[in-house]
Amino acid sequence: MSRLLAGPRARAHTTAPDLGISALRVGPWSVPFSLRRFLVGLVLVLLCALAFTLGIGMGDYRLSVPQVLRTLAGGGSHIEETVVFKWRMGRAVLGLLVGAALAFAGALTQSVARNPLASPDVLGITSGASTAAVFVITASGGTGIVGAVAGFGDNVLGVPVVAVIGATLTALAVWFVAGKDRDSMIRLVLIGVGTSMFLGAISTWLMATTNVDQAATAKLWLTGSLNGRGWGEAWPVLACVVVAVAFAGWLAFRLDALALGPDVAQVLGHGIRVAQAVQLLFGVVLVAVAVSAAGPVPFVAFVAPQIAQRLAGTPTPPLLCSALSGALLVSGADLLARTVLPWELPVGIVTAFCGAPALIYLVVKTNRKASA
Amino acid sequence: MTSRPSVPADAPAASAPADPDAAGAGAADLEATDPVAPARRRGVVFWLPVLLIAAIAGLFLLSLLVGGRLNTLAEGWQRIPQAFTYAFAPQRLNPDAQADDLVTVMGLLRLPRTLGALLVGAALGMAGTVIQGHTRNPLTDPGILGINAGAAAAVVLSIVWGWVSSPLGYVWPALIGCALVTAAVFALSSTGSSAANPLSIILAGAALSAILMAVVNALVLSDQNTLDRMRQWATGSVSGVTLEVAAVTVPFVLVGAVLAMAQGPGLNLLALGEAVAESLGLNVTRQRVLGLLAVALLGGAATAAAGPVAFIGLAAPHMVRGLLGPDYRLLVPYSALLGAALALGADVLGRVIGRPGELQMGIVMALVGVPFFVVLIRRGKVTSL
Repeated sequence: MSRLLAGPRARAHTTAPDLGISALRVGPWSVPFSLRRFLVGLVLVLLCALAFTLGIGMGDYRLSVPQVLRTLAGGGSHIEETVVFKWRMGRAVLGLLVGAALAFAGALTQSVARNPLASPDVLGITSGASTAAVFVITASGGTGIVGAVAGFGDNVLGVPVVAVIGATLTALAVWFVAGKDRDSMIRLVLIGVGTSMFLGAISTWLMATTNVDQAATAKLWLTGSLNGRGWGEAWPVLACVVVAVAFAGWLAFRLDALALGPDVAQVLGHGIRVAQAVQLLFGVVLVAVAVSAAGPVPFVAFVAPQIAQRLAGTPTPPLLCSALSGALLVSGADLLARTVLPWELPVGIVTAFCGAPALIYLVVKTNRKASA
Repeated sequence: MTSRPSVPADAPAASAPADPDAAGAGAADLEATDPVAPARRRGVVFWLPVLLIAAIAGLFLLSLLVGGRLNTLAEGWQRIPQAFTYAFAPQRLNPDAQADDLVTVMGLLRLPRTLGALLVGAALGMAGTVIQGHTRNPLTDPGILGINAGAAAAVVLSIVWGWVSSPLGYVWPALIGCALVTAAVFALSSTGSSAANPLSIILAGAALSAILMAVVNALVLSDQNTLDRMRQWATGSVSGVTLEVAAVTVPFVLVGAVLAMAQGPGLNLLALGEAVAESLGLNVTRQRVLGLLAVALLGGAATAAAGPVAFIGLAAPHMVRGLLGPDYRLLVPYSALLGAALALGADVLGRVIGRPGELQMGIVMALVGVPFFVVLIRRGKVTSL
């Protein structure tokens, strides 16, 4: 580990002082430290905390920010404790976690593919998870083999596991269908778009064939929503996010090398096949658990890493800052979704409205750059 | 063909005895650039419409004979004339005769949906060709670009706001939605060099679809009735098409078809690039506006009648281009024929494999179309037009 960390990275950074990166050294260990990244991260944490408290305070039984803080610190009345811990906190935590998981996964896939367009949404991985879940939601309780399979998925495995299976199968399918073309970003993305449409058609068909109640459940779920979610959905996401964050240092180190291109990374002594496979596996699992908890909240995995990258001024999306900005994005969008209209909107509608223009902007900007 | 320039200079003379009419120097030059293709293409130009019309006729009969109600082909065959009378001139039926329920099924359900599928397919084939020509991108079609989603959003908005209640009224909102999204796509595709970059156009289309579908979802989720109507419509099916719906659709498709046919020469020039087309005397703005109108009319009418159906507009022009080359004057009409055949084929196939219910046309097209799309990508046909 120390051999890896003391490698070309440190030297590269000393020759690029404009990034403002210095190293913290403790014995044989050293960690690169950037003041800007640290400050950006700090601001994001504070904003997340603000969105979190506002989210907890919001609802039929309204709580002010001081009330929420006092209750969280353990000094609230009985009813305040019930409202905060039992009713509201699960949803607020889930919002943060889902955003963090999606954004972390997006930062990974964007870095591995070295292209901002390669987010799990675009590559069809999100659709894989959601189609699997829609299948289980709509076909469970049906007759025949299909109903039995869906029932098995619903009752024995649970929707999260099914979503992970769907996402993994889709990622593998895109990977193998792309075949030798997977190094060409255009083809990989186009195949991902095609896969999304294919799976979308299956979802549409599943929804058209069941009864309207199940269709409404599936539709709400497909839009990406935190309504009625809580601690039960939050635990699996929490576990995955914790594992991912624990590995963030290792992953980021590999990503920075990969950002120089697979050939250079190989020359620098990285086993790039293994590194890419591990990174993609992390991405797929994170997306799948997030999708299984809250549905495919659109564009978070695409936009949040790009925001973080611009804020932190780094060449690739920084993993932890991305996770923080994703958490902020989903929590903030959920606040908006609950206040902007008299009835409660699903959070996915708000993120679609914010994220799609960002995608169009990025596409147009890339064009301008290409034509200049 | 590549070896042609290296043959001796007397090659035209050598080939002259075989083809005395081609003795002129101009003809020889023409032949020298592409000696096989023109002759073959002349043959294809003649045979392709015959084949396509034969295929459409065959599918038409099959579509009348096959459906959810089980019947032998012979039973259906005998009742075809009666079914036509039932559908178009019910007053001429003998009122005393016992109404045969197979005749009713054929006249009331299968015949209208067959006509609907043909109309929708032809409209989408032409719309796809025109939009591929304008974006100069072989991988686009109204479904991929979000034009269908635009129509869907407009239809849902008008359902929710109570402007329309029956499929007859879907045409106008669908038309307006189509026109707006097409305009947006054209605007995006003429920014920078995106015309040459299929990826950016497709992603912009995906983003537009996402916003529009968010609108649809927000509305649909607040109202279960709309959801119920919407989820059937969203599969893209002609099963609900009645003769009235088909009759409302026809004028839009006809006007759109005339506009699309008139686009051919202009699209050939646009394929050289906007600047070159302009310098050759094409009024690019007029061409774009008329093209937008054609796509809106064709796409809007098709989407209003059948719901969003993707990939017909992608596949039809692509297949015709493979056979006939890139001449849009031929591409537009032939794509209409091929699109009609594809749509009807998908509808019949859906009825056969989806028994005892049916698999909707839009689903069949997506299940068949995506592998087609992927094969196109893998064969490296992502270059610009």
